Amino acid sequence: MKILEAKGLVKSFGQTPALRGASMGVSRGEIVAVMGPSGSGKSTLLHCLAGILVPDDGEVWFDGQRLDTRGDDRRSELRRDRFGFVFQTGQLVPELTAEENVALPLLLGGTRRVPAVAEARRWFGRLNLDGLEQRRSGELSGGQAQRVALARGLVTGPEVLFADEPTGSLDSVSAVMVMKLLTAAVRELGTTVVLVTHDARIAAYADREVVVRDGAVSTLTGVQA
Amino acid sequence: MTVPLTLLGLLEREPSHGYDLKRDYDTYFGRGRPVRYSQVYATLGRLTRDGKAVPGPVEQGAGPERRRYVITDAGVADVEEWLSEPAQPEPDLQSELFVKVVLSLMLDRPADRYLDIQRAAHLQRMRELTDLSSRGDPLDVLLADHALFRLEADLRWIDYTAARLDLLAKTVRR
Repeated sequence: MKILEAKGLVKSFGQTPALRGASMGVSRGEIVAVMGPSGSGKSTLLHCLAGILVPDDGEVWFDGQRLDTRGDDRRSELRRDRFGFVFQTGQLVPELTAEENVALPLLLGGTRRVPAVAEARRWFGRLNLDGLEQRRSGELSGGQAQRVALARGLVTGPEVLFADEPTGSLDSVSAVMVMKLLTAAVRELGTTVVLVTHDARIAAYADREVVVRDGAVSTLTGVQA
Repeated sequence: MTVPLTLLGLLEREPSHGYDLKRDYDTYFGRGRPVRYSQVYATLGRLTRDGKAVPGPVEQGAGPERRRYVITDAGVADVEEWLSEPAQPEPDLQSELFVKVVLSLMLDRPADRYLDIQRAAHLQRMRELTDLSSRGDPLDVLLADHALFRLEADLRWIDYTAARLDLLAKTVRR
């Protein structure tokens, strides 16, 4: 049973085609790496799967329901309540402390401040961030900031975590640390992960990979379970 | 080629019996490819003949006769020279991957499909090594990382080659 499925996605930006019939499925609890050269369409595929972009043609299914035909509000609600996100850079709100950044998705979802911050703090020990709760993003190293962003992506207990080049701005040692913590946390929670990366060492943390080329998923990898 | 110098290096650490050398070699360097006793003793014979090591007196005990080997100054010089030389930076220039791609193009077979299959195999091996690296002891991690970086280099070559197959085909087809 696939928790997430793309069927024949087509998406263009103006005259430029980004996806030309991309199909892939992700099983519940699975970590799937989406690989491919720059400009292959892998980030566009992730954005369509996450309901951030609406494809021009094709279908996106999440948990047995069509996602791409829902309106903006319903897709936003879904992203807030059931999905988590980690991107490459620039995700933390600089005016907030690290723990306020982590608590943010809970606060936006209606959790009151005290329990939201308490829940956020639980993630600091889990991701080797003890003692950094009151720091602002400018006072964190790249690896620390990415772990705070990861905590923010996971604090609501999402069913699917979408990670777009989550280690793209880090040196290889910090990148490995982030991936070890990410995989340990999602395995424990049973979170499904869609991980976009061009880096084979990062993709090796996934259960399997699909390769996007010229806007379509390579049939060799796309047919795997 | 590295086994004799590795054993000589272990002898520099301390005078050892053949049995000790095999045990230490397998512990630190064997990792799935243990050295045979026959190879250890044949190597010790050659090192002795070449003046790199000398056997000590036979030690009597309950078991078979045993000798402890000691490295000579010439042996130490060999180890020192070997450890200060770079290894050949292009050991796999004519690799199987290279041959398969060129032959596929020559024979008008689907080189792109071969590269896809090779990429999937490389990534599968990288997953196994990443798992080993996450759970193993520091020596396992060191070895797994070395293999991972080499496989990553192959993958970059695979992607680069996949993007240039049309051009390469024109070069090799008659």
